[in-house]
Amino acid sequence: MATDYSSYRVVAAKHPWRWVGTAVVALGVLAVAWSLATNPRWEWGVVAQWFTAQSVINGLLETLKLTAISGILGFVLGFILALMRLSASPLLVSVSWTFSWIFRSTPLLVQMLLWYNLGYLYEKISLGIPFTDVRFFEMQTTTLISQFAAAVLGLTLNQAAYSAEIIRGGILSVDQGQLEAAAALGIPAWRRSTRIVLPQAMRAILPTAFNEIIGLVKGTSIVYVLAYSELFYTVQVIYNRTQQVLPLLLVATLWYVVITSVLSVFQYYIERHYSKGAVRNLPLTPLQKARKFFATHAVANNRARSL
Amino acid sequence: MTTAATATRGLVEITKVRKSFGATEVLKGVSLTVEPGGVAVIVGPSGSGKSTLLRTINHLEKVDGGFISIDGKLVGYEVRGERLLELREKEILKQRTEIGMVFQNFNLFPHLTALENVAEAPVVAQGRSKEEARRRGLELLDRVGLKDRAGAYPRQLSGGQQQRVAIARALALDPKTLLFDEPTSALDPELVNEVLDVIRELAKSGTTLIIVTHEMGFARDVADTVAFMDEGQIVEQGSPEQIFTNPQEPRTRSFFSKVLEPAFNI
Repeated sequence: MATDYSSYRVVAAKHPWRWVGTAVVALGVLAVAWSLATNPRWEWGVVAQWFTAQSVINGLLETLKLTAISGILGFVLGFILALMRLSASPLLVSVSWTFSWIFRSTPLLVQMLLWYNLGYLYEKISLGIPFTDVRFFEMQTTTLISQFAAAVLGLTLNQAAYSAEIIRGGILSVDQGQLEAAAALGIPAWRRSTRIVLPQAMRAILPTAFNEIIGLVKGTSIVYVLAYSELFYTVQVIYNRTQQVLPLLLVATLWYVVITSVLSVFQYYIERHYSKGAVRNLPLTPLQKARKFFATHAVANNRARSL
Repeated sequence: MTTAATATRGLVEITKVRKSFGATEVLKGVSLTVEPGGVAVIVGPSGSGKSTLLRTINHLEKVDGGFISIDGKLVGYEVRGERLLELREKEILKQRTEIGMVFQNFNLFPHLTALENVAEAPVVAQGRSKEEARRRGLELLDRVGLKDRAGAYPRQLSGGQQQRVAIARALALDPKTLLFDEPTSALDPELVNEVLDVIRELAKSGTTLIIVTHEMGFARDVADTVAFMDEGQIVEQGSPEQIFTNPQEPRTRSFFSKVLEPAFNI
């Protein structure tokens, strides 16, 4: 008869190097935190004072406005460009390709300055029938292209060029059989794109798209060259006056961190939404995990007490 | 064997259909007639053009020559005097709602539940109300034995269950004709029968079925007509009895000698 080991005690495997590694990293983290807290030159008081100052908040709102508008317009235009690129018409394909080529090859800074100085190239902008004298609308370029318009134009077109590629990649990742099945069922082309292909493409699109949006949040700081008073330009104006350069840069940085963190939370839940059907069972959200953790530990504690 | 006599719709006529991919001619003038409510099974070695033929019937592949009609109406073209006008996308989509198709790899929409898969096309392609499509969808899922799985996503279902949902999805449009492209080839052996049983039921329902399959026992069971295809042509066609037990053409004989088990090959 085989030996019965059921009365033996199980001793868990030991991982001494894991503990050493943990200790080293913990020490490092502690040192950084300590220096941040105790080095007076960080001037946390100044940071706190300016963090919620009206001018900074106004700048923050401008940054959010720029991000939202150029992000949405950029992705809408990018979607159209992606569809053009995938179409059967050689003209649409080459126009889309050229658009991405130009806007991905030129520095955003140059694009921005170019839009702002469009009035130098074209004094008036008008809408009419080409090659005739019919005009429905005409305006001085400098009036039409404000700092805000130049900023939105520059960010949107640049964003569109990148998001077109991201969306195209997502669409290509969807199995051809899906389109075929939808076509065989008589589902119209637009519905095939929006109901069948896009939701599946979203899984491939979302992680990169959020990278782009987060890049865009910080990318908006480049419009300081147009003297547009978004977050970054605002703190520059302030520190030029008060000479508290580092604390004010820290104010801007902290706000960028806050925006990015909020976006990351959104990303988690949106990705989770689109993973419906792609995984057998959805993973628990952090909240659900925490609840489960406390529930099971409460049970364990109760059991321990009753023993 | 079937209720072909009572069925009044779903006459499929394929006349001298040709199709090439690049320099390769995959269909070399194929003709086949399936009576309303009839069950035609197409067998043959892989690469013989069976699937392509099936896909020309609902215009997923455009033919290079010949024509296909269902109940006398040309697929993909409109007769105007002496001319054939190519139909526009919208009209082709409308025609497709009369021709259901079941794929080898199911091609269910993975982000939609079983019921949503079934109820999608009737709403957007036939303009039925959502409520009606849902009700009918549940009925059809019940018919393929999956009513209790209506809320499941395809990945939560076995291969056999997925294919049964795909059949329900094709039925939801009330098609005159159903096309099956190797419906059991992607299934584990023990799941094949649950799908074949559903198709057997359908064969009695008066819908015209055209089935490409490698399941010879099933073919013999369910077919009115068996067509043997090889190298882009229908080499031989006839009743299952004729084709399986007394093939006339050497190519048919040599194919069956390879695929039929000795016990079956009487």
